[in-house]
Amino acid sequence: MARVVFTANLRRHVDCPETEADGATVREALDAVFATNEILRGYVLDDQAALRRHMGVIVDGIALRDRRALSDPVGPTSRIYVLQALSGG
Amino acid sequence: MSDRLLVSTRKGLFTIERKHGAWSIARVDFLADNVTLALCDRRDGRTYAALNHGHFGAKLHRSAGAGWEEIAAPAYPVKPEGLIDRDGWGKDIPYSLLEIFSLETGGPGEPGLLWCGTIPGGLFRSRDHGASWELIRSLWDNPKRRKWMGGGTEWPAIHSICVDPRDANIVRIGVSCGGVWETRDGGGAWACRADGMFAAFMPPDQGRDPDVQDPHRLVQSPSAPDRLWAQHHNGIFRSDDAAQSWVEVTDVPPSSFGFAVAVHPKEPDTAWFAPGVKDEQRIPVDGKLVVTRTRDAGRSFDVLRAGLPQQHAYDVVYRHALSVDETGDRLAFGSTTGGLWISEDQGDHWRELSHTLPPIHAVRFVD
Repeated sequence: MARVVFTANLRRHVDCPETEADGATVREALDAVFATNEILRGYVLDDQAALRRHMGVIVDGIALRDRRALSDPVGPTSRIYVLQALSGG
Repeated sequence: MSDRLLVSTRKGLFTIERKHGAWSIARVDFLADNVTLALCDRRDGRTYAALNHGHFGAKLHRSAGAGWEEIAAPAYPVKPEGLIDRDGWGKDIPYSLLEIFSLETGGPGEPGLLWCGTIPGGLFRSRDHGASWELIRSLWDNPKRRKWMGGGTEWPAIHSICVDPRDANIVRIGVSCGGVWETRDGGGAWACRADGMFAAFMPPDQGRDPDVQDPHRLVQSPSAPDRLWAQHHNGIFRSDDAAQSWVEVTDVPPSSFGFAVAVHPKEPDTAWFAPGVKDEQRIPVDGKLVVTRTRDAGRSFDVLRAGLPQQHAYDVVYRHALSVDETGDRLAFGSTTGGLWISEDQGDHWRELSHTLPPIHAVRFVD
């Protein structure tokens, strides 16, 4: 299972401890997390389920390429970091 | 007489209370977070707070016991693949909640019903105290909605919602920039009601187009609901026929530019404004902070300055940051530079509560 880690800046607003999730893509892994934490979904994704403009995701050291569909692949030992991008004030 | 005031600021929600004749900060919620609006529902006592976290989006919280619980924020529907939906400037409209820009209760006979206006131009309704929201599709799908434009905000903004006190199915909203819109059947059909307004920011032949007007704030008289006031980008407008037509109020000292307007709850001819140098500057005229008041439907104005800074004051009063209580005697306003003033005599005299608060988005008395 992939390891999913959320920025501490996000943990200030919504409960989102480091966790593990199944999934072959970032979308699948994050959906697995959001399935038990619906409020968290809206902090990371916008209304179209795309990554929020000033959020960033890094999978095994590589920045997410498909910010709209989140189709970047995830392996069983991947580490997914959900971060606040240093943009937007 | 209201003894409580909700002050929404860039860095938290401040509750101001009057005790033993003195106003003071009684409570701070969401400290350090951007609270853009607050609403107390007099029907059930619940309080709502709209936040905008920027990176993490716009959120809505509801009072729960001594604290708060996060509830659903209005959400835009999935944008159909291939749909072209552009605003009046030709830009692709984002189908995503960018900010909660107005929040009002439904009628007294509609417990739990809330209206919510948003950026980029969607109007939402909740029938369950904000637990869930529906986009008012009849307005969103109206072809004229695509003429709306951003004004002070990048995208169209529904900033004012007036539920008619005679019939809660009649709702009027103010859109910046998109005019005034009215439904008479609880959100089924909509018509633009901005005849008489003019927009100097448009090409001359489009200046009177109702669909592109930029009312900054719209309020309705509770005691004579055919009377509405609008602080518009290009001046002050008044309607005497329930928004069927608008007339400009002219010769307003020191300026008719501003964002906020409040109407007396019992005297429809009495209204207050917070003027500034017109749009390209947006600062108090001559650095003197004043409130203007008319008592005769706009034929004349008092310029109220007692207790307000009269030199090097660069406070701007945003559209939701001027409030009058249910008696019409108490007024409060807050500024972009963190000033908060209260009057207990309809604006004749002001007392500064603070000038070191965070930038103030909204001020509202709790009746």
